[in-house]
Amino acid sequence: MTDSPHTPVPKPQRFPALRRIFQPVAETRGFARFMLWTGAVLTGLFILMAIFAPWLSPYAFDQYQLAGVAFPQTAPPSALHPLGTNVQSTDVLAQILWGARTELLVVALALILALAIGVPLGLIAGYFGGWFDRIMVLVMDAMFAIPSLLLALVIAFLLGSSIASGIVVAAAAITIVYVPQYFRVLRNHVTSVREESYVEAARAIGAPPSTILTKYIFFNVIQAIPVLATLNAADAILTLTGLGFLGYGVQPTQGAEWGYDVSRAVGDAASGIWWTTLFPGLAIVLLVTGLTLLGEGLNETINPVLRQRAATRVNMEDEA
Amino acid sequence: MQTKPDTAPDAPAPDVPLVSVRNLKTWFEIRGGVLDRMLGRDAGTVKAVDDVTFDLARGEVLGLVGESGSGKSTLGRSLLGLVHATGGSASFEGQEVVGLDEPALRKLRSRMQMVFQDPHAALNPAMTIAQSVGHPLTIHGRLKGRDEIRAHVAKTLERVGLSPADTYMDKYPGDLSGGQKQRAVIARAIVLDPVLLVADEPVSMLDMSVRSKILKLMIDLKDQLGLTYLYITHDLASAKFFCDRIAILYLGKIVEIGEARALYAGPKHPYTEALLGAIPDPDPTRTIPRNLPRGEIPDAAKPPRGCAFHPRCPRAFAPCGWELRDLTPVLEARWAGMEEQAHLAERALIGEIPAEVMEGTTARLPAATPGGGADLLAMLERIRSEDPAEPFWTGIKEMRAEADHVAMEFHPALTPRLYAEGTTAAACHLLDPGLTHPRAAAAPVL
Amino acid sequence: MSETSANAATPADAEDPILTVRDLRVFYGTPRGAARAVDRVSLTIRPGETLGVVGESGSGKSTLGRGILRLLPEGTGVDGEVLYKGQNLVKMTPDQLRRMRGPELGLIFQEPMTRLNPLLRIQEHFEEALKQHHPELKRDELRRRALAALGRTGIPPTRYRQYPHEFSGGMRQRIMIALALVLNPTLLIADEPTTALDVIVEAQIIRLLADLKKTTGTAVMLITHNLGIVAEACDRVAVMYGGKIVEEGDARSVFADPQHPYTQALLRSTISLETTELHTIPGAPPSLINPPQGCLFSPRCGHAMKVCARKAPAEQRLEDGRRVECWLHCPGAIPAGEEAPLERQEITVADEA
Repeated sequence: MTDSPHTPVPKPQRFPALRRIFQPVAETRGFARFMLWTGAVLTGLFILMAIFAPWLSPYAFDQYQLAGVAFPQTAPPSALHPLGTNVQSTDVLAQILWGARTELLVVALALILALAIGVPLGLIAGYFGGWFDRIMVLVMDAMFAIPSLLLALVIAFLLGSSIASGIVVAAAAITIVYVPQYFRVLRNHVTSVREESYVEAARAIGAPPSTILTKYIFFNVIQAIPVLATLNAADAILTLTGLGFLGYGVQPTQGAEWGYDVSRAVGDAASGIWWTTLFPGLAIVLLVTGLTLLGEGLNETINPVLRQRAATRVNMEDEA
Repeated sequence: MQTKPDTAPDAPAPDVPLVSVRNLKTWFEIRGGVLDRMLGRDAGTVKAVDDVTFDLARGEVLGLVGESGSGKSTLGRSLLGLVHATGGSASFEGQEVVGLDEPALRKLRSRMQMVFQDPHAALNPAMTIAQSVGHPLTIHGRLKGRDEIRAHVAKTLERVGLSPADTYMDKYPGDLSGGQKQRAVIARAIVLDPVLLVADEPVSMLDMSVRSKILKLMIDLKDQLGLTYLYITHDLASAKFFCDRIAILYLGKIVEIGEARALYAGPKHPYTEALLGAIPDPDPTRTIPRNLPRGEIPDAAKPPRGCAFHPRCPRAFAPCGWELRDLTPVLEARWAGMEEQAHLAERALIGEIPAEVMEGTTARLPAATPGGGADLLAMLERIRSEDPAEPFWTGIKEMRAEADHVAMEFHPALTPRLYAEGTTAAACHLLDPGLTHPRAAAAPVL
Repeated sequence: MSETSANAATPADAEDPILTVRDLRVFYGTPRGAARAVDRVSLTIRPGETLGVVGESGSGKSTLGRGILRLLPEGTGVDGEVLYKGQNLVKMTPDQLRRMRGPELGLIFQEPMTRLNPLLRIQEHFEEALKQHHPELKRDELRRRALAALGRTGIPPTRYRQYPHEFSGGMRQRIMIALALVLNPTLLIADEPTTALDVIVEAQIIRLLADLKKTTGTAVMLITHNLGIVAEACDRVAVMYGGKIVEEGDARSVFADPQHPYTQALLRSTISLETTELHTIPGAPPSLINPPQGCLFSPRCGHAMKVCARKAPAEQRLEDGRRVECWLHCPGAIPAGEEAPLERQEITVADEA
């Protein structure tokens, strides 16, 4: 070490926190690594599709004609329509690409909203306890008890008449479904972290509750969030496509949506028209699988208990 | 130097104690089950700190010594206002702490700080060492500006032996050893230049060779910064070395307090004596005595009457607070060593011994069968005659056989007050010249 | 392989050891390489004797106990010999080992609550343990044996049908001891059995272990960080440092006259009622992944010579039967010119534990 004996003022290391967060990712091995990377690649592909849909897609999502010539109805894949067209004469490839944008946009919006509501509520209820905590737990548990699709349906139905944007309605419906999850996870985590010595130490140095919550508790309880959010995103895709399938999701005039596509194509499969159901269905499966793998991979990476299991094996023959 | 203790113009005169605790009580209501709460039933009170009185002079080290459940940690926390005392008074630099609201307490905490037992848990794992140690400065607005704070943190880290400081500043607690973490915890505690440090078992989780390093550091800091320590520990050996005065706690009460050297040289309370005797010592010439107190610290929600130590005390006698439920451990100890047949024969005579605290001085010990009172009395008399030294029997004035039970008349329970002798004082009836012990000078037998 | 450990000349050695450990190595896998938690440890335990194993955290004392019983996390490397009744435990299948644990080799852990099933009565714990190893026993006999074992540890029969949570910490540890003793093991390995307990209860348990040793003839390997407990309860002591036994011998003589500089420093730095001055050991324990060359204690040792930093000392047997691994005890073997005191770099404060 090169330093003067007189209390030097060292420069802070750059991004020590970031480095700490990504170290476990770099250290992942085996199946966890496979899940993490497969999930990341799959999810990444769909994100790219969503971002670049206007450039990648041959047509607009609601386009049913080109230069005055109407697209054929339920045409098989061809040079003009690589994945064929559907019963509404729109291009299936365009539906898939634009659909990725709708799905991810709604889910991202919903999760951000759910986090923005569930996390602070969980923090406050968990830290302060008392009557607020009891009421919140009761309300959240009641919401949690209702089947998620049903809850989303009710919300979508209620909001659908007053809010014009189908994207916002769908996002709000999904938000309500996931708020209780974040609330519960955060709240339970906070009630245990609250008893930690370092939280008492924060009180002992005179930190007010707001500081304790933001500086001492928040960063120690949010590790569970990335995993939960990723897994919830997978689940939310299914909820959203479910809403779409039932006709309460994003309306076809406002955006392409895989669930709606599948619902319109249900009759086709029987008459040998496989491309209208297969491709939207495959898109749903692949995105959900990608998000699930990413979530599980993250879980194995971040969760210290699961990490330990992957300790390296020692071969005594190699050790002199 | 910022690190010198503030001598504010309104600081009290040096002969006024820094901390003055009078009849401090910290009681916790036990949350009963749902049914209890609905019926408005009181599930009970744990008197974690009960009527504790002591002074702490500036620059002094007072040891609060006791086993787990003695209330020593609660006492320290009550003083800092981390736990709210329910009664009595505790003043710090002349200011009353009991009943103070949180914002006022927070301000006060720049003057009194705490060192925690578990260094692995006492630092926020999401903060670097520099952030943790520097945070008190931000909270109390002592220093403005990142560089100024970092400079002060670096100086403080060097002071506690985390040197060179820049090797540690940006590390996370997880990268440090236990001793290094405890140094960082101490650094955080002294960064605001407090006058009082409450150290709650600061070395008990550390390795032997690290313990002496941390204690040495604490002694150095005390001399350099003029600190006053409240040293909470279960370890009488380190307390003997470290403390000027010692207070021994048992079930929330001080049973003995006084100048450390005198207390170790001549423990007055049988509990102090037992604690001292129980320390395993590497010196092969010292061995643990055979007459250890039996059992463990009882349930704090239903503490024994009179002197709380009496059921375990090898020297307890009539006024110590004997009651019927004290018979249970006596019988259990007897039955533990018995043949099953003999034990079953005895057990067949005796009914359920009540577990509740006895009211008054009379009690009924039910016989197992109707009309079994006489047989039960005969058995009790036999048990007494087989082990007459058992202190329990000193508490009984009279036993009488009734039809279905044995009526027992106990001596009234007296709560001992602190009897001062020389530089120490102990709360034990043995020191009361008005009471005579039946086997006054006899060696305790168990 | 050094054969110094197994057979030697002291009279106590006349009786055949029940357990002989030879060159045991236990390495844990870590992302940064193998951690040499136990590195070539040899020791013997004779019938009825209590061997104390002391060391600080990271010395490998707990791993040694677990390594003997092979209660180790998956992936841990083990090699060497653990001979018990002529069989090498290191080479046994997990199933064979399971049958040994209990009736042959008993175990007591630090946290009794985590080892007792909260849903089972004390009675059920005993019945399960006894039935597993003695399926032929009748109900009455099970009960008789269980109550006898409990009685010896001071638990009255009135509490036989209670659940673990109804007992205090000390009583739970008594129950654990009774649960180990009911199978009459030849050797009991106790890993920090009193660390979680209060002073007086700790003393009660030490007394109990000492008394049981006299009445049952079970040999005990007592693993602890507390030198006082060893002095109180053990016949022999092995002092561990950095995964190796640095000194081993009769407990009284080791404590009265320690021969290894680490034992000396450790005893000096331990705070006891007699402490009038604080002594510390400079520096920190060695890394188990990249241990220093030569003697592991040499970077912290006040007597270190040039040879110490270069070459690990061989084991020496002293006249009183003691084993010491230190160059100070084999001056003849030091290459010429290497007796000079080691010129060490200043131990940076940063390395202090």
